[in-house]
Parts: sequence; C-alpha cells; structure tokens
Amino acid sequence: MKKVYNKILSIVGNVISVNAPGVSNEELAEVKTRRGTSLAKVIKIDKDLVSLQVFAGSRGISTDDEVRFLGSPMKVSFSDNMLGRIFNGSGNPRDNGPALNENLIEIAGPSVNPSKRIIPNRMIRTNIPMIDVFNSLVVSQKLPIFSVSGEPYNELLARIAMQAEVDMIILGGIGLKFDEYMYFRDELEKGGALSRSIFFMHTASDPVVEGLMVPDLCLAVAEQFALKGKDVLVLLTDMTNFADAMKEIAITMEQVPSNRGYPGDLYSQLASRYEKAVDFEGAGSVTILAATTMPGDDVTHPVPDNTGYITEGQFYLRNGRIEPFGSLSRLKQQVNKDTRDDHRAIMDGMIQLYAQYLETEEKRSMGFRMSDWDTKLLKYGGLFEKQMMDLSVNVSLEDALDSGWNILSECFNPDETGFRSNLIEKYWPKS
Amino acid sequence: MMSSRENGVQMADKKIGHITAINGNMIEVAFEDSVIQNEVGYVLINDERLKSEVIKITNNTAFMQVYEITKGLKVGDKVEFTGELLSVKLGPGILSQVYDGLQNPLPALAEAHGFFLPRGVVLDPIDTKKKWHFTPTAKVGDTVYKGSPLGAVPEGIFQHKIMVPFDLEGEYTVVSVAKEGDYDLVETIGVIKDTKGEEIKVTMTFDWPVKIPITAYNEKKIPTEPMVTKIRIVDTFFPICKGGTYCIPGPFGAGKTVLQQLTSRYADVDIVIIAACGERAGEVVETLREFPELIDPKTGRSLMERTIIICNTSSMPVAAREASVYTATTLGEYYRQMGLDVLILADSTSRWAQAMRELSGRLEEIPGEEAFPAYLESRIAEFYERAGYVELPDGSHGSLTIGGTVSPAGGNFEEPVTQATLKVVGAFHGLSRARSDARKYPAIDPIESWTKYKGIIPIEQVREAHKVLRRGNEVHQMMMVVGEEGTSVNDFVFYLKGEYLDSVYLQQDGFDPEDAVSNPERQQYMFKKIHTILYTEFAFDTKPEARHFFNELRQMTLDWNYIKMGTDEFAAQEKKINTHIQSKTKA
Repeated sequence: MKKVYNKILSIVGNVISVNAPGVSNEELAEVKTRRGTSLAKVIKIDKDLVSLQVFAGSRGISTDDEVRFLGSPMKVSFSDNMLGRIFNGSGNPRDNGPALNENLIEIAGPSVNPSKRIIPNRMIRTNIPMIDVFNSLVVSQKLPIFSVSGEPYNELLARIAMQAEVDMIILGGIGLKFDEYMYFRDELEKGGALSRSIFFMHTASDPVVEGLMVPDLCLAVAEQFALKGKDVLVLLTDMTNFADAMKEIAITMEQVPSNRGYPGDLYSQLASRYEKAVDFEGAGSVTILAATTMPGDDVTHPVPDNTGYITEGQFYLRNGRIEPFGSLSRLKQQVNKDTRDDHRAIMDGMIQLYAQYLETEEKRSMGFRMSDWDTKLLKYGGLFEKQMMDLSVNVSLEDALDSGWNILSECFNPDETGFRSNLIEKYWPKS
Repeated sequence: MMSSRENGVQMADKKIGHITAINGNMIEVAFEDSVIQNEVGYVLINDERLKSEVIKITNNTAFMQVYEITKGLKVGDKVEFTGELLSVKLGPGILSQVYDGLQNPLPALAEAHGFFLPRGVVLDPIDTKKKWHFTPTAKVGDTVYKGSPLGAVPEGIFQHKIMVPFDLEGEYTVVSVAKEGDYDLVETIGVIKDTKGEEIKVTMTFDWPVKIPITAYNEKKIPTEPMVTKIRIVDTFFPICKGGTYCIPGPFGAGKTVLQQLTSRYADVDIVIIAACGERAGEVVETLREFPELIDPKTGRSLMERTIIICNTSSMPVAAREASVYTATTLGEYYRQMGLDVLILADSTSRWAQAMRELSGRLEEIPGEEAFPAYLESRIAEFYERAGYVELPDGSHGSLTIGGTVSPAGGNFEEPVTQATLKVVGAFHGLSRARSDARKYPAIDPIESWTKYKGIIPIEQVREAHKVLRRGNEVHQMMMVVGEEGTSVNDFVFYLKGEYLDSVYLQQDGFDPEDAVSNPERQQYMFKKIHTILYTEFAFDTKPEARHFFNELRQMTLDWNYIKMGTDEFAAQEKKINTHIQSKTKA
C-alpha cells in the first residue's frame, strides 16, 4: 500500500519533513511538484516526523505538494539492456531510450565477507607506461587519481576506459560539466567502447543531492555483473563533488561538522563505496578508478586525505603527467613479478635515475656547472619525460620496457645504471 | 540447590521496547519498566535480529546504537532487551579464528551465506559440539577463586586452562571435577560451591562483557622483559616490553600496516591478536590467506595456530567497529590469565575514535576538538590501560601488550587522537613521510620517536649511538644551508657516521631472508661493532676521502647483514670490516 501525504511541514535546504507514521528508514518517496516529480529518500525519523532528502532539490516545492512513499528503499534495474545506455543520478534514462523496470536490485547492499576475498593477482593492462610499468593496475584495486581542476583527469579516465582489458565499463559522473559528459560519450563512441559501457551521469547543472546516489548506483550494478562473471571497471568522477554533496546534507541536518565542514562519517561513507571493489572467487570482479580533485592542490584536505587512507595507492596527475613520485599502486608487487624478469628492475632503476635527474635539474637552474654525469642525466630526464611520462605514449608493457632499455643505452654506459649484470646482458641493446 | 548459570537469564520474561526514532545507526526506544545502561537489545524486523546496545537513557527512552545497517527499520518496531552487557564467549577454540567485531565467525558466515555479510545473523563464536580432551588439575575440596584453573585442554600448541568464571567473586570449594576425558563445551566439567553452600556448575565456556577489564590476577607489575620484534630500530632504539603499550602514527602510505604485519609474524610472544579496525579488507585478506601457510619458526606449526583475527573493515557497520577493539582486548586478557604473553595489534585506533565521534554526533553531545567527543582521551587511556604484565594467583606471569596504529588526518601529529594516545603509551614509533618517500624501511623516524622501556642493549650505549645520529642530522641540516664546502672535516665525519648507522642498522631489507629478521643475539653483536665504529676516531685529510671510506664501509656492512651469523663467511666479512677500519684509525 502506498502512503500519500500532502502536508510538508518544513523545507530546509534540500531536506523536507512530513508527518508520516509507519515509514521505514531509507525508504524512497516521490515528491510531486508543479515542475515535475522527484525522488526523495528518508534520512531520519523522529516519531511520526520523517525527514527526506529531495534529489531534485527543494526549489519550487510547495508545502501542500504531494509526497508519496514507495514502500521500499532505492532500487535500480539490472539487465544486459543497460549496456550502452545513459542514466541520470536517480537511475532514470538520460538518453532517449525506454525506462528500465525489470529485475530491480537494491543499492548500497551488504559488504563482502572478508574471508571470501582473494589476494588480487591479475594485472589490468592500460598501455600507459606510467601505469603498466611503474604502478601496475590490478583487478579489484581501488585507486583514486589525485588531481586539480584543469588537469586532464577525465581524458585520462576516458583513455583507460577504452584501453583497459576489462569486460565492461561503468562510468559515474558526479557534478560533471556538460561538455565533459559529452566528451566521455563521444570518446567512448569513437573508440567503439560504448556498447560495453553504462553511464550514470549527474552533471553540474543537476540538483546537487542527485549526485549522492551515483556511486551507489554504479557499484550496485557493477557488483551484479561481477557476480555474473564479468570483470567490471567502475570510473567515478569526481568524488570530491560527492563528498561536497554529503557535506551539504550534513550541514542542513545540523550535524556537528568534524573537519572543514565535512561530516564525521566522511571516512566511513567513502570507504563503504570504495570497499565495493572486489575479486569474487569463481566469478568476476569490480575495479574502481576515481578522480578526486584536491582543492587548492592540498593533499591534506579531508577528501583526498581520507581517500588516501581507504584506497590501495593513488595516481597524482600534475602538469598533464602521472607523477612518478607519490603515485603508488599498493598491489603492484602482486603482479609485476610474473610479467617479465626486467620489470621490477626497470621500475625501480629508472625512477631512481629520474630522481637524480631532478636534483641535477635543480642544480642547473641555480646556475651550477654541469659535470659529464649531469649532462647525461639531463639527456636521460628529457627522454624519460617524452617517451615514458607523456600521456600520449600508447605502447604495450613489453614495448615500454624495451623502450626503457633504449633510453638507458642512449644516455649511459651499462655500469652507470646500477642494474644487475645478468639483466644488462639480456636486455641492453647491442649497437 | 543446583542452579545453572545459563538458566538464570531466561527466568525473567524478555523485556520489550518499541522504536520511536531512527537517525543513522542510532535508534530511540521507548521502554516500560527498566533497562540497564550498555545492555544489549535486538531489533526484531522480519526474521532478522539486529544487535544493538543501550548507550544513553533519558526518561523512558533508551538511545541505542545498532550494530547493523538500519535500512528498513520503522517507528514501532519491537526491540527485545536481554539484560546482558555486550559480551564475548570465552573458551577453547578461539585461537586461529577470524571474527567480526562482535565475535561472529566470518568463515562460518561465508559457508552459510556466501559472498556477502548477511544482516542480523548471529552464529556461535566457538563450536560448542567439538570435544576437547580435558585433564583435571583441581581436586575435590580445593579452595578456588575466580580464575583458578580446574583443569586444562590442549588447544594447538598451548595448554588452555579451564578456569573458574571471572564473575564469581569470593571463595569457592570444589565439589566435583570431571575425570580425564573428552568433553564438549556445554558439558559440566566441575561443580563448585560458595560459602553458603550453593552449588554452581562450571563448563568450559562462559561469557564476559567486553567493556569491563578482566582482573582475576594478584597484581599488575611494571613491564621489564623486552618483547623482541626482530626489527632492529625497534628492539635496539625504541624497545617495547611485554605488557607495555606503543603506538605507530603515520600518514597514509608510510608503512604502518606493513610494520604491523611483520610484527605479527616475528614478535616473540605466544599469541597475536590482530584487530583490523576500520581498515581495508584487502590487508586482512593477505594475513588470512598467508598465515595458514607460514610456519612459526619457534613452534614449527602454522602461524595461524597462535593468531586470532578480529576483522571489522571500513565498510562493515561502524558501531561494531567501536566494539571490535574491546572484543580483541577481552580475548587477549582471557589468554593472559593462562600465563601466556599476548600481543594485540590494533589497526587503526583512529578509525575506532572516528566511530566514537560518529556516535557522539548522533547523540548531539557538545563536541570537543575536531568534533571528537570530550571523553576521547579517557576512552583511549582506558583501552591502553588494559595492557599489562600481571602476576597470576598461582605465581606465574602473563602479559598483554597493545600496539595501536594511528592514522592522523593529513599526517599531522597535532590532532586529538595522536595527542591523546601519546599521553598514555610507553613507546612512540612515529613514521615519517620523508623516510618512506626515500624508501627507507622501516620508516620509523629515529629522531622523533621515543620509548620508556629498556631493551636488549645497554641504555648508555643506545644513548651514545643516538647522540651520533642527532649530531649527524644537525650537520646535515647545516650543510643544506652552507653547502659541503662550509663544513669542517670533523663535522662531516659526524654526518657520515650518522648516515652509516642509519643505512646499515636502522634500515632493514624486508625482502632478504637474513636481514628481514634480526634476532637479539645478532643485534647485540652487531650493535657492539657499530657502536665501536661510531666512537672510533678516524684520520681523514679531506672530505672526499672520508666519504669514500664510509661508502666502502657501508657496502661491506650491508653485505655482512645478508650473511647468516655463525658461518665462516660471516667471520671473514667481519675481518674484512675490521681491517678496513684499522686502515684509517687515528694512531
């Protein structure tokens, strides 16, 4: 039985409250206004007084508008028909396709039993050397891309989406600019990846609260596909907007803020999303890559800081490149021992030399005289940035390793590199 | 008259309340007659029973935190009060288990319910049907007190003492004890009577409320016996004692968890309890999957046999995270009562503190710094105070050591959780971002860290070595301003000595089987050598000469680290080092 009420007692921010007995926690309701119908979710119940967060925002809601409780929490349809489709933050179609109502599943379901998890051991190849060689991405990993506004993090996500060896891609946009949304759609269409993708798109022009559902929608659908044996890559952009939307609701609900206005449960809220990344024994997997913009390029800001404690490493995207320092894939050692015997050596050796290059570069800019060794390092640094770090480089892991040896041999004598002799014998290019 | 302890509870009718408000994981419940602060209740919804705990009572409303997701709860839903505080089950069969924060066995849950954690399902924490081979040690007529053993059963490599339940205050006389044989957990293995003649049946298991410390010991003593971790920087410079407390704060990615994992493998204790509190599930999985295969060098058995994992990862319900730390501590105290050395590794206490903060916010308490509740400090102190080295009634000793990681926001140690922790712990192993970025493992900062315990090396020598380190660090700071040119050879040698100590002793190669694990004899031997080098006066004319000398010395010593102690090769390498030192020693 659906309960209908048309006396809204208060409207504060995007939260409304009605007197409605018998409503259950986190139940969904429809609010009918002159502008249309919006979904709302129960976030607090005090006796008969029910507070709801209205996804479309409270603007234009009249106190005598109709609130109809649907009797169940938020659900999303799950089927193969979703592939290639674009939905909004409430799960309704954003393209011109039909609404999907079959096979509804609950979102934000229970968490995976830790004793059913397995140690991740499959690498995801992206053909981006800074990832494949230096910080390999692993199936079931959760990894943020820490960046600042203006950096091409969405371009990077789009490229990974197209090139990653996964069965399907679920893209969740939170507060995305309209042209970024179009960019994603066009890129994936151009790359022929649209037919194995599902979009949940909340753009900056949509009501803020609607973005709150996006990660849960994406991950619930991803989880179901994973249970059916698919390797799913979930891309979320931008999780800072998600955190900001949570902050807005928390403040409206007069919760005590903990740090820079964010609610005290920010860590738990982010973690319950990121922890959906999993490799199911005997089925598929969910891998999460999430763009997180750092306000003011400050990694100690609560959002990147809490994220860093949750995720298995991070990529720093700065000046259009994935930074070799600070970027870290905590799971890389699970996979990079089985790729090629020179993988780990190249990974460490080239970064150490690059660190020396940066020191030399600093010395150079201060006007010190350059020694022979310095000149070699300067040449090396240039080549490394051009042939490895540049985001346009698109080669397989093996080619990237070969190219690494080529760069080394162009700049140094074998004994200057500090590599083990047996590797040098095997891989050093013979002129 | 016989009275069974279990029946006592069931005699009273179950008290029932009704939900009046829901806010996140907190509910308000109207009740009729009486409730007990911190008693457990179950929200009844469909056929699920959601465990909750009373945390505040005003008028006729009990505020309860629910240990599960509150989705779907309604005003008017029934709550059944149990009259019991939140408890864990104690008895043989706890070792090598994997529990959630409320002592639900996770592997058994997985077997029954598959990939996901079902809501409102409670399984037996220990298998009550399993038979254990009981050997009595008490005799009829013996006088016993709480904690006195009646007998023992073998549990893995340990003798698990079957004790008089800790809540039985006063003096009791043994009326009967079961004969040697196999019994399960519900069979009576002994009957004791109090001074009034009332008899009590004792089984191999009983419950204990997690938030109340077990104190069935004679006295707590100052911890003096070092707990060897086989990590040099810890054992030599910042040692921990059995029964002591320590904390490891550090920014993300500085290696807190790796350090904890290594300690859980190599620490010289009987039992390790890993409390994964609000951290990544992936980290627990490594322990879960690898420990059963790893062999404990001390016992020759699987490491899992001496390990208990309490696993309430970040996506599991927050209230249970708060409880998980207490669950771990109670299990630790229980095994300490048997005269064992127990180590609890809590990763991370910040997540536990955050769980308290969430709850405090929902209770609309006046917030303290960074919205943490005002009682944060006292709760942290209470937790660490449950550690200790104790003398048991039979004169033997047991210890509970607690090591907690702290994850300070932004890596800034000035935040409330780190500060409150530092006030109460005996040792501080601060991890530094700079050291971890420079791939210096372990990333414990040798300048900032401290300890109040004595270790395996004479304290004066440690202080002397530390002095060189500090002096070297000062010279290094100075050189960054004035450059190498402006530094005297003498100062420069201090810097080189500091660097040498750091790279050959403070750092350890975790991937090398020899160097990763440094036992006390080796540490003492090596430290003596290095201490001598640090206080040897060398004759250098120029800085490059000094640098060259120390580079070579470092390489030789690093190679020495990789050689097994006691071999000919080891002696040969030492000789090489000695010759090298003598070549430049001032006459």
